[in-house]
Amino acid sequence: MSVGFALLGLLENGPRHGYDLKRSYDEAFGRDRALHYGQVYSTMARLLKNGLVEVESEPGDGPERKKYAITHAGMTDVAEWISRPEKPEPYLQSTLYTKVVLALMTGRDATEVLDAQRAEHLRLMRVLTRRKTDGDLADELICDHALFHLEADLRWLELTAARLDRLAARVRP
Amino acid sequence: MTTTVGRGTPLLTADDVHLSFGETTALRGASLHVYAGEVLALMGPSGSGKSTLLHCLAGILTPGSGSIRYGDRDLARMSDTERSTLRRGAFGFVFQFGQLVPELTCLENVALPLRLAGAGRREAQRRAATWLDRLEVADLAGKRPGQVSGGQGQRVAVARALVTEPAVIFADEPTGALDSLNGELVMKLFIAAARDTGAAVVLVTHEPRVAAYSDREAVVRDGRVREQEPAR
Repeated sequence: MSVGFALLGLLENGPRHGYDLKRSYDEAFGRDRALHYGQVYSTMARLLKNGLVEVESEPGDGPERKKYAITHAGMTDVAEWISRPEKPEPYLQSTLYTKVVLALMTGRDATEVLDAQRAEHLRLMRVLTRRKTDGDLADELICDHALFHLEADLRWLELTAARLDRLAARVRP
Repeated sequence: MTTTVGRGTPLLTADDVHLSFGETTALRGASLHVYAGEVLALMGPSGSGKSTLLHCLAGILTPGSGSIRYGDRDLARMSDTERSTLRRGAFGFVFQFGQLVPELTCLENVALPLRLAGAGRREAQRRAATWLDRLEVADLAGKRPGQVSGGQGQRVAVARALVTEPAVIFADEPTGALDSLNGELVMKLFIAAARDTGAAVVLVTHEPRVAAYSDREAVVRDGRVREQEPAR
């Protein structure tokens, strides 16, 4: 969903061709996941259909010659999207919680489940920390966002480890 | 990351260490290996024994039973003088706060370990200045610890820990008193400098983002250690 808004937003500084849009998107937001050309063109087709962009014709044929411009409605949509707060993800009833409870219910070692997850989380945090240390400000901000979320998970893992006995008393048959 | 990390003989080894303070048992059979050049995070809940283990590894506390070996030497079998020499030369320390001498300038604080090791004043200060510069606090040389911020003070403390180019640096919650931004900066400069000198770092922290600067972690729980395999 946000790809459409991001592409739309990129058009606010002036009309662009599809390939130019893709390049700008990849540079600014697509460090980990570059867009496919097909994705760009299908998104633009949708935006066109909804009246959020229009096509400025150029000599020549084929979709690659199309130059897209944002419409007034498009600008309003981008403005509305940017100013609307994202819904916080509550992560209630996570898979991990289910695994921990099931481990306790079936007499498995729930500490091992938590430790394995902790190691996996920290492994990813190390990768992100290294990338951030070697990278520029954009890398730093992108990685920090992920790192803070992973850290929150890890705090939960720790707290759960400390409460396993109580949890076990509740869930064991 | 260096490929030699975690290979070969451990630099420091804790073997089945037990230690009690009166009725309270802090360590109950803790074993751990620290390899040359690695950054090892010691994690675990408050009261798990991680700081006690760090103090044992650093020769500050003596285990009730079990052993701590630096290379092939048992710390408990060394004389007090030998242990002090080891702590001053081969080991460096970074604590949460309060480690700088308030009466000395930042430059003099960093030069202090070198002076204690017998270096001349001028040489000690020259090397101290290089380390302040490396930690990006060269402009604080003439200031006293009370005149600098928490983050700046920690960078001075890191410079002081590294100035003797020790083989192991023990860091106990080095960013515990700092906000995220300052904590990140301290960790970034600290770990980069430690890796440059080839020092091993034993890092006690309860903050996962700080632990993420390590090569591997060991979790201390109820006085025992669950150690992750060294990186290969």
